[in-house]
Amino acid sequence: MAEIRLPKNSRVTPGKHWPAPQGAGKVKTFKVYRYDPDSGQNPRWDTYDVDVSQCGPMVLDVLIHIKNTIDPTLTFRRSCREGICGSCAMNIAGRNTLACTHGHEECPGDKVSISPLPHMPVVKDLIPDLTLFYAQYASVEPWLKTETPEPQKEWAQSPQDREKLDGLYECILCACCSTSCPSYWWNQEKYLGPAALLHAYRWIIDSRDEATGERLDELEDPFKLYRCHTIMNCAQVCPKGLNPAKAIAEVKKMLVERVV
Amino acid sequence: MSTYEFIDHKFDVVVVGAGGSGLRAALGCAQAGLKTACITKVFPTRSHTVAAQGGISASLGNMGEDDWRWHMYDTVKGSDWLGDQDAIEYLCRNAPAAVYELEHWGVPFSRTADGKIYQRAFGGMTRNFGEAPIQRTCAAADRTGHAMLHTMYGQSLAHDTEFFIEFFALDLIMDEGVCRGVTAWKLDDGTLHRFQAQLVILATGGYGRAYFSATSAHTCTGDGGGMVLRAGLPLQDMEFVQFHPTGIYGAGCLITEGARGEGGYLTNSEGERFMERYAPTVKDLAPRDMVSRAMTMEIREGRGVGPKKDHIFLHLDHLDPKILAERLPGISESAKIFAGVDVTKEPIPVLPTVHYNMGGIPTNFYSEVVTKDGKNPDKTVPGLMAVGEAACVSVHGANRLGSNSLIDLVVFGRSAALRAADTIKAGATQPELKDHMTDAHLARLDRFRNAQGSTPTAALRLEMQMAMQEDAAVYRTSEALASGVKRMHAVAAKRPDLKVTDRSMIWNSDLMETLELDNLIGQALVTVVGAHNRTESRGAHAHEDFPERDDKTWMKHTLTWFDDPTGKVKIDYRPVHDYTMTNEIAPFPPKARVY
Repeated sequence: MAEIRLPKNSRVTPGKHWPAPQGAGKVKTFKVYRYDPDSGQNPRWDTYDVDVSQCGPMVLDVLIHIKNTIDPTLTFRRSCREGICGSCAMNIAGRNTLACTHGHEECPGDKVSISPLPHMPVVKDLIPDLTLFYAQYASVEPWLKTETPEPQKEWAQSPQDREKLDGLYECILCACCSTSCPSYWWNQEKYLGPAALLHAYRWIIDSRDEATGERLDELEDPFKLYRCHTIMNCAQVCPKGLNPAKAIAEVKKMLVERVV
Repeated sequence: MSTYEFIDHKFDVVVVGAGGSGLRAALGCAQAGLKTACITKVFPTRSHTVAAQGGISASLGNMGEDDWRWHMYDTVKGSDWLGDQDAIEYLCRNAPAAVYELEHWGVPFSRTADGKIYQRAFGGMTRNFGEAPIQRTCAAADRTGHAMLHTMYGQSLAHDTEFFIEFFALDLIMDEGVCRGVTAWKLDDGTLHRFQAQLVILATGGYGRAYFSATSAHTCTGDGGGMVLRAGLPLQDMEFVQFHPTGIYGAGCLITEGARGEGGYLTNSEGERFMERYAPTVKDLAPRDMVSRAMTMEIREGRGVGPKKDHIFLHLDHLDPKILAERLPGISESAKIFAGVDVTKEPIPVLPTVHYNMGGIPTNFYSEVVTKDGKNPDKTVPGLMAVGEAACVSVHGANRLGSNSLIDLVVFGRSAALRAADTIKAGATQPELKDHMTDAHLARLDRFRNAQGSTPTAALRLEMQMAMQEDAAVYRTSEALASGVKRMHAVAAKRPDLKVTDRSMIWNSDLMETLELDNLIGQALVTVVGAHNRTESRGAHAHEDFPERDDKTWMKHTLTWFDDPTGKVKIDYRPVHDYTMTNEIAPFPPKARVY
């Protein structure tokens, strides 16, 4: 039976309020999910009144400003700060996105909530445990499989065939899509989720790959693939503008086509 | 230190870092039947290789005739004759095979009409020994590093590399000058680990975050370089820091040189294409050091753009929007997000921004770490290798050519694995590790974890970054460098006063940033000391008081040691290898570097 309420130790309690410094310019309030695994305490919402005139335009700039000048214990992943590494995926104002490319001005309301990617175990503060997500990615065997002996030089691929990889290969594995998918929330132990399926399709459709049949066999399963109910949250939130739902639909179509 | 305990692991090879060079090295070692671990502080596809845009150089000749010798000449000249010519020969000869290997693994390269890998023009890459620009840089749109890194990670899943992800490496386990492994801190449960290995391969990347404004990721803190300095080993040519001409003004995010390779150009406030004055033959496709200097000069002389006249415009608005969408989609998006610019209509505001460290851990072309021992300048350090930006082979010398870094990663990642397979035996017995080899690692961790001084990590980091930004810039003077040396010594001396707030062990990012800062400080200090010491101008080191290159005195590599407790820096030198690897090509003797 599904639990209607969160387990007792997961309920989020009110946390600390950090007021803006004297003489602050433009103040905006950020309500940030905090969880300290060492403390044994429940997670909490800390609120920070941030002088946004003192930091850069992105939500990541705000988080770094908090860490540098207000509360050094705040923990989050970040690396490239330009939307290519996929580290800083989190839920900002109710929507999964990358903190580094999402402007704080874009967030509606005067109090912006920031929490880890939903429905994943939380390691600390804004850091989710993505072990399962990565294992699902690995399960689609994301490498080129060929039978034909390798050529001396490159495999030939026409620009038209190469174009089929556009909208797929750009995925940064940030997990915004999978963790926004209600079907994934419900069945993540069995359903591969939009990111892994997008990658599966990326290799299926690659003209150089010779394991299409085997790859399709692997996906022909009531849960792995068919738990996608075209809810489309994945396409809504993808910070790279990709459409995993479409890739999933293509896989489903290929499975039908090979039967008829 | 009885409160800390290690969990022990034993491998044949431990690779530290999972960017392009680390993954390539780990893959090769696993393929050779060596029990291989790859430990990394970020999930592999988050490594900074992912941000490389423009491409990977190799003389495939897909767009017209090319020759690895031409590539070699360009690289030697690009290095301003500080590169080791044997290593450069190794790089350029092996480049085409390395690119084909990546393609066979599945890298989604852009294609020519006849189905070959697409190649674009890049700075300093020429045909027939400097005649005219050539298209040598293999590209996957403008996301080549991303395409490579994801493909290589996928490929390593098909092999037997064991990954230790979100493990932060602490220090090298040294035993009488021999490297026996590395210690690491597992972030998600706070445990400490001791990885014993016959061979440690450092693939930890550059230390761009020593500067305030860098295209480098927040995680580019040169942790391997920091570990090497603490192990009492030298770093090489650290004064050579590359400024990329086109970082987005303000944000510092990278706009690939491929933008100019596809026909983009720079203008000043008068709308003039000023690069024509500085490099008449190759113009906007001059090497990065020259373009960055030209831009700085234009700004200094009052021809910068914008209300403060403090930056330059990069134009792509004359290019076909279809070409932009096909070949430069990533930077079109970055320009929109970080500069609010529609590249099809407006120029991008850009500024030279710290991008790459030519210097690093000295190695030979087998990727073995070397040091100077008495009169022997090429003494290898047993058990230790370094690859990628962390290393200084030296193929980039005083200035790296664009797209030569991605090829460096895979060629020398591969060379490290080949050498490992040649020199160690799978499963060979390893000597027992003793506590005294790791006591200092734990003492350092504990000291920073409980640091109760008055200087928060972020404050000291900012102080370092401002010193480097202001005093070790595109152009340097004796006065600025002397000030930089003084400021960096002061920063190093403030480390005992650091203040860390978070005392936990699980994902204590306050502590991790402090350990990273400590790694950065040693490297920043030897950078500015090395720059102050080098009284000439060569490649990226443009010294206004010594504007000429001085081959007689300075055609040599700088070695710098950092004594951590006292903060003292020692300097020595290694000769440049002005000979080639084989007798199939003669070395290129130094001459004036004009384009």
